[in-house]
Amino acid sequence: MSYEIVGITVLWTFLFGYLIVASVDFGAGFFSYYSVLTGHENKVHNIIQRYLSPVWEVTNVFLIFFVVGLVGFFPDSAYFYGTALLVPGSLATVLLALRGAYYAYNTYGSSKENNKAYMAVYGATGLLIPAALSTVLAISEGGIIQEQDGKVILHWSSFFSNPYTWSVIILALVSVLYISAMFLAFYAGKAGDKDAFEVLRGYALLWSGPTILACLFAFFQINRQNPEHFRNMLNIPWMFIASLICFLLAVYFIWKKKYLGWSFILVILQFGFAWFGYGRSHLPYILYKQVSIYESFTNETMAVALITAFVAGLVVLIPSLVLIMRLFLFDAKYVRGESPKKG
Amino acid sequence: MLSWDPVTLSRVLTGLTLFVHIVFASIGVGIPMMIALAEWRGVRKKDPHYTLLARRWARGFVISVAVGVVTGTAIGLQLSLLWPTFMRVAGQAIALPLFMETFAFFIEAIFLGIYLYTWDRFKKPILHLLLLIPVAIGSSASAFFITTLNAFMNTPQGFTLKNGVFADFQPLVAMFNPATPTKVSHVLASSYTLSAGLLAGIAAFSLLRGRRGVYFKKALKLTATAAFVFAVSTAIIGDFSGKFLAHYQPEKLAAAEWHFETMTKAPLIYGGVLGENGEVKYALELPYALSILAGGTPNTNVIGLNEFPVDERPPLLIHYMFDLKVTIGVLLVLIPFLYLLRRWLPKGKNRGKGKGGYPKWLLLGIVALGPLSMTAIELGWMFAEFGRQPWIVRGYMKVSEAATTSQSVGSMLILFIILYLVLCASCITVLVKLFRGKSVDDEMRELGISGGERK
Repeated sequence: MSYEIVGITVLWTFLFGYLIVASVDFGAGFFSYYSVLTGHENKVHNIIQRYLSPVWEVTNVFLIFFVVGLVGFFPDSAYFYGTALLVPGSLATVLLALRGAYYAYNTYGSSKENNKAYMAVYGATGLLIPAALSTVLAISEGGIIQEQDGKVILHWSSFFSNPYTWSVIILALVSVLYISAMFLAFYAGKAGDKDAFEVLRGYALLWSGPTILACLFAFFQINRQNPEHFRNMLNIPWMFIASLICFLLAVYFIWKKKYLGWSFILVILQFGFAWFGYGRSHLPYILYKQVSIYESFTNETMAVALITAFVAGLVVLIPSLVLIMRLFLFDAKYVRGESPKKG
Repeated sequence: MLSWDPVTLSRVLTGLTLFVHIVFASIGVGIPMMIALAEWRGVRKKDPHYTLLARRWARGFVISVAVGVVTGTAIGLQLSLLWPTFMRVAGQAIALPLFMETFAFFIEAIFLGIYLYTWDRFKKPILHLLLLIPVAIGSSASAFFITTLNAFMNTPQGFTLKNGVFADFQPLVAMFNPATPTKVSHVLASSYTLSAGLLAGIAAFSLLRGRRGVYFKKALKLTATAAFVFAVSTAIIGDFSGKFLAHYQPEKLAAAEWHFETMTKAPLIYGGVLGENGEVKYALELPYALSILAGGTPNTNVIGLNEFPVDERPPLLIHYMFDLKVTIGVLLVLIPFLYLLRRWLPKGKNRGKGKGGYPKWLLLGIVALGPLSMTAIELGWMFAEFGRQPWIVRGYMKVSEAATTSQSVGSMLILFIILYLVLCASCITVLVKLFRGKSVDDEMRELGISGGERK
């Protein structure tokens, strides 16, 4: 496998990690706020909070990894995306900043009662951020960023009038809620919290329909937007079929209230197949017809150094992640809330 | 302001983000060290006061970490958004340290999460203390990596320039460039000083408010002693930095000292104003001091600013930043030193009346340590960054060639000004509420620790 492919695979995997972890996080923030608003607070709020508290910082890191790695492996992409995305990128940054800060304020800062204003900030931003970030996928299909007289320009009008943009945004919104609800239902089941499980299972089933509809909608919009990409996708149909099967099984399990762990793993696989199928057929372009992984690749020494750093990092990272999961995710006592709360 | 060109606006916005981030980042590097010190004393001496100290500090620390994380995310993304041309040319040069910085932060984030939620979960308290080691190492390592990157921009090496693109990159050579040792150690030491100073200030403030418990005295002793040690190391490393500048970045030192003619036995100029023809007025002149600063002997030849073309000189304004930062540095050593001498200090009238037996002026001085060291860190960074103007990568790429061409930087600047105002104000409010909400005495009673307020 060439360094280019290794590089983009590493990055794409990181982005997938972010997709899953951040979806759980963003959705949980929203559900948490929603539960306080609708008076379901004592049912689900505590269990959500118990999961979120120790891991919220970790999510941001996945995103930074991706951005930094992209610049390192493919410096040209920084030039095109960096210039064109100044406004949407800055808006996403502001939303991320508000969400992170107000999450911490509510969890660690205020005394026992939830601060509704703080919760509103991170509940609302939890839905706005995925919408803002997902638009990059639409842009990457080409036609929206153009270089004129040595200046990189983003065409706002063609960006907003494009049905594909909106299909990606809708997909991001509903899948965040779906992934999050699926995870939290599993988590509540694990904790043996029947009330919370029922509410969250309801959310998961509620959002499963819109998710698969949005997937199909986006799938066919790619054909209109970028027929070449769509043809490439049809060359690997098994990946998308596998994704659909995983979806059906995951929903079936949660419907039958059994194999909840498997159900969530199937959700990961569902998005995994779709994500990597989409990414693979997008190659070799990072930005359609303007930045390809072969033309804008970094030099070999740097690629080796980055990959080495990446492997060394994983050696430390994976045991740490396992540790935090064992302590907070798979420790039945903690999940049930018997261990003491924050210090 | 909106009519400025994208280059100026990008500089202002990047500067603003770093200005805010540096405070929280320095706290993020230093406080874990202080928490570890307190917890270690608590475990070793079986003294619950120190453990409580660590616990209370940790609680406030999370709030500041949150703002540090989000401003750090902002600068991480702004690098590509505001300086795309720079990232295209030098992106591969700087990606590795950035990548590793993120890894280090990742480790810190994971273990901090564990630390905060496991106060009573382990049977042996030492296990909980051990969790802080990866936190402290992670935070210091991320400071290390990110500073090597800044050092690289000051003294670039480890690549060749081919058709305007950096090529044949040697990552380790670039990372361990001449500026790395002094820069990294100065950043670490000053962050520790800031954190110790801030915490000492909090303890002194409580004593000033008339709290007499032994808890506050212990807090003051630990933090003020640490502040002294760290401030002295910062000052010593600062002296090495001067020698480094004289050798590798003479134009920066010359601009900081208004030193125009190359000469030996060069005097050091303190304060003053610059006349229209470049003559220095009203300044305090210390003979030979600049030569001694630059090379250790009065006979050291110090290169003057006249050796450099006018369009490659840093702004002369940095003189004031340098002077002010050094002055504050002296105060930062002096105040904790006076605390160490507290037994022999003249006893004022107020002594012993509700101030824990310390003179009021000393406590006021200690309260000032935090703000002073914060100012010194800001000034130091401003000096370092303005001092390499007009270069973004010294000798290779000018700032004006690196910025975005987008016309929207102005409105983004306003957006971020509002964001940072909101973040800082809310952070302070939350921190104050947090500590007012639960007093030390209440908490000691809750935990069954004696030695609170003696009434």
